[in-house]
Amino acid sequence: MIAEFGLAALWLAAALALLQAFAGIGHWRGFSPALASLTRPVAVVQGLLCLISFGCLVWLFAITDLSVLLVASNSHIDKPMIFKLAGTWGNHEGSMLLWVTVLSLSGTAIALFEKRLDHQTLGAALFAQALIALGFFAFLLFSSNPFERLDPAPPAGAGLNPLLQDIGLAFHPPTLYIGYVGLSVAFSFAVAALLTGKVGPAFARAMRPWVLLAWIFLTIGITAGSYWAYYELGWGGWWFWDPVENASLMPWLAATALLHSVAVLATRDALRAWTIMLALIAFAMAMAGTFLVRSGILTSVHAFAVDPERGAFILGLLVIYIGGALTLFGLRIGVVREGKTFALLSREGAIVGNNIFLSVILAIVLVGTLWPLAAEAMGDKISVGPPYFNQTTVPIGLLLMLLLIVGPLLRWRDDSLARHKALAGPALLFLLVACALFATQPQAGLWPILSLALAAATALASILPLLGRNILRIPLALWGMALAHFGFAVCVAGMAAEQGWKVEKLVAMRVGESAVVSGWNVKLDDVHPVVGDNWVALEGQLLVRRDEDTTIMRPQSRQFSSPKQQTTEAALLTRWDGQLYAVIAAPSEGDASDRWQVRLWWKPFVTLIWYGGLLIALGGAIALFGRATLALRKRRRDNPWSLA
Amino acid sequence: MKPKHQRLILAILALAALIGAGLLAASALREEASYFYTPATLAKADVEPGKAIRLGGMVQKGSVRRDADGITVHFIVQDRDATQAVVYKGITPDLFVEGSGVVADGRLDANGVFVADSLLAKHDENYVPRELKDIDMSTAEHSKDTLAE
Repeated sequence: MIAEFGLAALWLAAALALLQAFAGIGHWRGFSPALASLTRPVAVVQGLLCLISFGCLVWLFAITDLSVLLVASNSHIDKPMIFKLAGTWGNHEGSMLLWVTVLSLSGTAIALFEKRLDHQTLGAALFAQALIALGFFAFLLFSSNPFERLDPAPPAGAGLNPLLQDIGLAFHPPTLYIGYVGLSVAFSFAVAALLTGKVGPAFARAMRPWVLLAWIFLTIGITAGSYWAYYELGWGGWWFWDPVENASLMPWLAATALLHSVAVLATRDALRAWTIMLALIAFAMAMAGTFLVRSGILTSVHAFAVDPERGAFILGLLVIYIGGALTLFGLRIGVVREGKTFALLSREGAIVGNNIFLSVILAIVLVGTLWPLAAEAMGDKISVGPPYFNQTTVPIGLLLMLLLIVGPLLRWRDDSLARHKALAGPALLFLLVACALFATQPQAGLWPILSLALAAATALASILPLLGRNILRIPLALWGMALAHFGFAVCVAGMAAEQGWKVEKLVAMRVGESAVVSGWNVKLDDVHPVVGDNWVALEGQLLVRRDEDTTIMRPQSRQFSSPKQQTTEAALLTRWDGQLYAVIAAPSEGDASDRWQVRLWWKPFVTLIWYGGLLIALGGAIALFGRATLALRKRRRDNPWSLA
Repeated sequence: MKPKHQRLILAILALAALIGAGLLAASALREEASYFYTPATLAKADVEPGKAIRLGGMVQKGSVRRDADGITVHFIVQDRDATQAVVYKGITPDLFVEGSGVVADGRLDANGVFVADSLLAKHDENYVPRELKDIDMSTAEHSKDTLAE
């Protein structure tokens, strides 16, 4: 019954999306007040229905209802409860339902909270949001029904890929999806603005919080995903340029560019067409990412669905929405008047630079991700890996950091560098760090040293915009910007330190033997079996010592029972100056001795990568909070009797 | 400057940046994209040593041999018509067994031995190299060395 109820709710939500599209048109064109008044309530109810439908699926997974095909093929009665729940979105249909639910709830959020957008543009935005939702409802209902029954029901269920049985899975996809799909709001706003022609500071101020919110979640999602891959896969890396990772990075790059250009539009009424374009690209990238991941067209650990029909379906949606939006842009952008002008050396100029560099990185990542597909179509089998991405994106990323040092100090409209003597500080710090590192640590290599020196300069520069102001009167948004920029510097410092100074050791050890890696003495004390809920493991007991600091690390090699699969559970030891990372593997076939393969890494300051990512997101959150309270206070002032 | 002119300049700037990005990507792809070979196609192709490539095939029965250090492993990858010697330093994936499929990232050394940076093993009894294109990586087990630089 629950499955049927969930499916019914989904159909009803789809029908309401259709209604919302018509109501949105009425709202926008103003021809039917009765219809127009329906727009907001319909959007709210549609979101709630999706939420109910999603709740039904979670419930089915919680009780492991094996008569539902999706549950039977992805869950197992013996699985711990938290992974049963998280397993809801650990498969194609469930994660698409989550996607659509978030999409629908985005429409709900617009209907409930958007007060600044003018009446017409709001109607058009809800119309656009409904159109997007309709396509994905159709995809879900016609080719990915999560509630399909299975008769007869199997006794136990097939189980979930052990790599996905991790607490990271419980939070990573929902966070990422809120980020991805949250960008649909910016897309709908941009489409609406093209339809009504009302692009200006008021529009930008309405769009900004939505972009910021999606961007915060995207940032957290990527950061968490990176850390998850780092400790769960046991390969010791934190970013693999895997297509699925790229699929999350590309919308982030576009959203970051958009976040900056929308600020220009809000403050200075410049970059009108530019901002609209970025808003379209950001969600286009989110949809393209969904296509890449969900169609299974790219081979990767994440691609658990390989089904050409679904791929063609999403590709069709992609072509319709992106093609439609770009056509609309081409047809209507002439209606949007040019914004105000500015000098090259100004805050606007710096942000244009930021946008261009981010777009170039985005284009490079996109080409590298899609190239294997294009080549395969031409009959070549190739793969594009980290060497391509690193050698292209790192230099441009560093140019971007140079802009980040100067840009926030510049005045709007027009400025000259001579005014900013304070820039000598970061410049000096850069030279100092770079020279010191080249002199003492040349083995780290050119790029890590340059990156680290630039990160130091950027960290210093990020607080410069705050200087000379009354500390109690600095707006929260400015604090947020400084913190996010500082976080970026921290993140890059972590990447540079890991890349340039990591030490790796691979040894075959008998119990009782020791190895040394970067000042740490590691002794294999014991290896013993351990039993978990649905796995058995061989656990190594490593006695690690650095000076007075002694502790035990327990890496495992796990054998899961359902489905049968082996995984490596890395052991991590975090210290203030880095992490020790240990992986153990059982003696292999063909090795007669009783030696265990132990792989050790010392990764100096590697945690800065994720702390940096979190600081970036925190900066965004502070800015969002600051702007929201400011807007609320203004609304109160304008209308003292209103409650909201 | 008129707003119209500035918009034109911005559009040109954006276009130039994208073309630049395309050129940069194309040149980097020419250098860094690694082609996929089976032992037979590799024997026919003239691949210079040191160029990053991928090699796929079946691990020949009885060919896996470990050095005394317990870490370096030598084996032979074969398809129907040819064989290729491979050396790998590292923890082999759990599904890496003789007679099953493997895809290796790496390069040829001066002696014509394939030096693998990472191995990807697939467990399938009916595995034949001709069907490598159908490898479903979702069930494949990875072993990544330090990311190849």
